[in-house]
Amino acid sequence: MSAEFDITETLDVKGASCPMPVVKTKTAIDELVAGEILEVLATDPGSMSDIDGWAAGTEGVELVDQEEGDDVYKHYVRKTE
Amino acid sequence: MRTDTPDAATDDTPSDNAATDDTPSEDAATDNAPSRAELAARVDELEDALAAATTDDDAKRISIIATKGTLDMAYPPLILASTAAAFGYEVTVFHTFWALDILHEERSKNLKLSSVGNPNMPMPNAVAALPGMDRVTTKMMEKKIEDNDTASIEELLETSLDMGVEFQACQMTIDLMDYDEDDFYDGVTVGVGAATALQDMVDADIQLLV
Repeated sequence: MSAEFDITETLDVKGASCPMPVVKTKTAIDELVAGEILEVLATDPGSMSDIDGWAAGTEGVELVDQEEGDDVYKHYVRKTE
Repeated sequence: MRTDTPDAATDDTPSDNAATDDTPSEDAATDNAPSRAELAARVDELEDALAAATTDDDAKRISIIATKGTLDMAYPPLILASTAAAFGYEVTVFHTFWALDILHEERSKNLKLSSVGNPNMPMPNAVAALPGMDRVTTKMMEKKIEDNDTASIEELLETSLDMGVEFQACQMTIDLMDYDEDDFYDGVTVGVGAATALQDMVDADIQLLV
């Protein structure tokens, strides 16, 4: 299922485990401007909960969508401010 | 229907009168009350104060005290510090005693795992205490870390530094254990003591001793 929004950047953190998916997502989102969407590709199953929790507790970001693929977890995070 | 209209109009009239009746008393109150302009100015002032207060307090703070320097115990403070930085927290990690090794550029790459004193180790303590066993368990752990693509201590430390985490090295233990400040990673704060750590804890939203 392809996303119904424009992806500005894709961050590949496949293979990386906690806390790197969240830490690298934060670093990558800092490079975007408000309104842009970051796609994060991870293999860490914990990233589903971790990126959700991070987005909920962090100012200026919003979790748009998460997809659980066969072996890749996809996260879409919008920078809001 | 036509008759309704005047009725409705007359119904409205008393309430209009009531409104006009209220007006004098409102005027009387206005005499003592601040003017609209004064109120507007006061509202602006309060909004500015609120904005300043909330902006300052906006960033949550976490204060972590790291006291251990074994390979396994070096992870929790660094993982929490880097994650808290990703949440936008202001993070301070105060390192004391063996945790100074985590800040030591060379030693941080060679942290050891103790094979004794951990009942979860797959060997009895009598065996674990044999010479060289710590090296064996450390190698095992390092291999697991590598196979699992778990970040290294060095990577976590440098990432945290890049994200603005403040790492502090306790001055008393630097002196006590003969550390050379030049051996710490660039960006590590030295010359701090328990009072600094305590003040950080007071200011922080979350305080942890690891």
